[in-house]
Amino acid sequence: MQYEVIIAGFGGQGTLYAGQVLAYGGMDEGRHVTWLPSYGPEMRGGTANCTVVISDDEIGSPTSLHPTAVIAMNLPSLDKYEPMVKSGGWLIVNEDLVNRVPARADINIVMVPANTIAREIGNERAANMVLLGALEANLQILPEGAIEKSLEVNTGGKLKKFVPLNIEAMRRGAEYKL
Amino acid sequence: MAKEMIKGNVAVAEAAVRAGLVSYFGYPITPQTELLEYLSARMPELGRAFVQAESELGAINMVYGAACTGLRTMSSSSSPGVSLMCEGISYIYGTEVPAVLVDVMRGGPGLGNISPSQADYTQVVHGGGHGEYHLIVLAPASVQEAIDLTGEAFYLAEKYRTVVVILMDGFLGQMMEPAVLPPFKPVNMESPDYAVAPKEGREKRFLTSINIDAPTQERLNIRQMSKWEEITRNEVRYQGYYLDDAEYVVVGFGTCGRIALTAVREAREKGIKIGLLRPVSLSPYPTEVLDKLAEQAKGFLVVEMNNGQMLDDVVSIVARRAPVHFYGRMGGMVPYPDEISQAIDEMVNSDAGPELDGRAKWLELMRETIGQGA
Amino acid sequence: MTDTDVKVVYQRPIGLTDVTTHYCPGCTHGVAHRLIAEVLEEMGELRNTIGVAPVGCAVFAYNYFDFDFVEAAHGRAPAMATGIKRTLPDRLVFTYQGDGDLASMGMGETVAAAARGEQITIFFINNTNYGMTGGQMAPTTLPGQKTSSSPLGRDVETQGYPIRTAEMLATLDGASYVVRRSLHDARSIRNAKRAIRTAFEIQKAGLGFSMVEFLSICPTNWGLNAPKSREWLKDHMLPYYPVGDFKVSEEAERVMKEVR
Repeated sequence: MQYEVIIAGFGGQGTLYAGQVLAYGGMDEGRHVTWLPSYGPEMRGGTANCTVVISDDEIGSPTSLHPTAVIAMNLPSLDKYEPMVKSGGWLIVNEDLVNRVPARADINIVMVPANTIAREIGNERAANMVLLGALEANLQILPEGAIEKSLEVNTGGKLKKFVPLNIEAMRRGAEYKL
Repeated sequence: MAKEMIKGNVAVAEAAVRAGLVSYFGYPITPQTELLEYLSARMPELGRAFVQAESELGAINMVYGAACTGLRTMSSSSSPGVSLMCEGISYIYGTEVPAVLVDVMRGGPGLGNISPSQADYTQVVHGGGHGEYHLIVLAPASVQEAIDLTGEAFYLAEKYRTVVVILMDGFLGQMMEPAVLPPFKPVNMESPDYAVAPKEGREKRFLTSINIDAPTQERLNIRQMSKWEEITRNEVRYQGYYLDDAEYVVVGFGTCGRIALTAVREAREKGIKIGLLRPVSLSPYPTEVLDKLAEQAKGFLVVEMNNGQMLDDVVSIVARRAPVHFYGRMGGMVPYPDEISQAIDEMVNSDAGPELDGRAKWLELMRETIGQGA
Repeated sequence: MTDTDVKVVYQRPIGLTDVTTHYCPGCTHGVAHRLIAEVLEEMGELRNTIGVAPVGCAVFAYNYFDFDFVEAAHGRAPAMATGIKRTLPDRLVFTYQGDGDLASMGMGETVAAAARGEQITIFFINNTNYGMTGGQMAPTTLPGQKTSSSPLGRDVETQGYPIRTAEMLATLDGASYVVRRSLHDARSIRNAKRAIRTAFEIQKAGLGFSMVEFLSICPTNWGLNAPKSREWLKDHMLPYYPVGDFKVSEEAERVMKEVR
């Protein structure tokens, strides 16, 4: 089984970090994992995205034109990636930062007011983790609790104090299970 | 050993540290810079030498000096920087001292861009600098392989007193994968017996690449070529997938090789008897295995992130026993597996004979689908 | 005569090999080689020193010095010396370079090594032309001076001005000891030797970058015999390239006094 996930948004929304959290979770479960960021001038503000592939076998391409799932954290990301999602795949949208509903009828669409939820739990910057929670709840790429466990094990330094917040954000996102 | 999630550039840097790197000299250039940045903290922390040089010219000549002491030394750069280093590479080879260079390729020619590319295959594999020389060139396709080949590179550089290049691209440099780092090797500060590291009570030594007497230079060239012959016998590395019954063979290295794996698997699922040959040592090239495949295969497809540089080598080895198709992206563009799948379908459905000019057909496709001009 | 009557007053320093050099008659390369060998012998550092040879007349310097040597690419000697010194910090490392090698091809490497305060010593032979390739214009060629590539004399309008390397490097904080000496007469040669000793002592003490520039003659390419060449140096080079100490850091000053 192989999952390809693209997480896209503005620079600063934590798309790369959310991808890393997913990737670490996959690693800790003994899966094959790749995490590939967009890099270069794109890093200086503007859009930022990463592709995470989690597989039971050796991973060939770390990129995909037809990802299993996309997390779109803003409108430009929705516009760019909606057409790419594999038929029958998943599109997780940050409802707070788009002004339209997705048009595709052949994919599963999950609208999550991620910024609102993150604000409610005390830190708007956790919107990325709300969306990751929604993704995991619906796709169940990893066993339940695997990402939370991985977060606790792999987070150190200044980020450590945000672990409870991030776990709470993921739980709130998980409520958006279709 | 537990796996860690590591970025390609950092993985190579730490692998070099653990291989007992004594000195590093480099100059910042994207997409290689993390490697230098990482070592700028790591090397001094361990009491080892790190210099951010004034240029790639400076860096490679510092490596040259350090290599003359016979102690483990390396530099890293990206395409335009490696062009500047070609002078020093030729001298280091000519002096027969060991050095490791990491080239994280980017789009070109000229300043080009910082996106991933394989456009310097020809430069690194077939020359670059002046004079006849052959480097050992290793092309990893994953973070783990990059780690393993870094340790290997130092071993080979010393075994053959030559320059070993780890040829990767910005894609692998930036990508994170779980990988296992090797245990720490103790740093060896004992210079080998050919090196300059003066000591009381021994004769003076000198190391040079100049041999003003032509017959002497020629004998040296013969010795170096003999060494190369030995390397081509002993140091070929490649990975094959589904080759045993393959009627069609895709050939790709590094990032392009692993992207092709996805397309090859898809084609297998469709029932096409196809395999993948991923050369790991680009120099020496896995000539023998390709030569054998040319006896069984109905067609080859070479995929690269360049204009068909390895293609020339494959064409020459296949020697018109089967058509050699080509698909490449240039300028820092990375092909998706779908593009390679399409190229596979075209190969399988093609009635082209062995005389096929794969590059001409590909270029026509590029003009049609992508267009030309700024 | 008995053995006791024989007194050696002059002999080849043990730091030089017993071979005839390829340098032209009258050339001051031989003088500079000898001074360096004498100083290293006096310091007891012959088996602790690595020299870096340039591309130019001194390309074969490693044949003449009887201690470890490497041969650099054109102009890159300071970078190569950096690589050696950083790897083996307890050895003395010096480069021996001419004006084409140092001030033209390798000015970048030279300035960068000085700015880094690299613990190496550069010996710089300034004879106002490219000796090895037959006397072409160098960055040090004087205004109006005829060379094989400035046959009408160096025209500063189109060929620019000479570089005063020592003065320029002296502006850098990393440089500890930067001086110019001349090799045109006995007194100057004695001063030059003291500067070599000072430079090596500074390196030994880890006080930073040192360079000694030597005003030298090139009888063959200047088209003058040796005595006339020495006169030409005195009359033409000394006014443009004054002998002097351009940078002596505080710590270097202490070492310099001890050498005197």
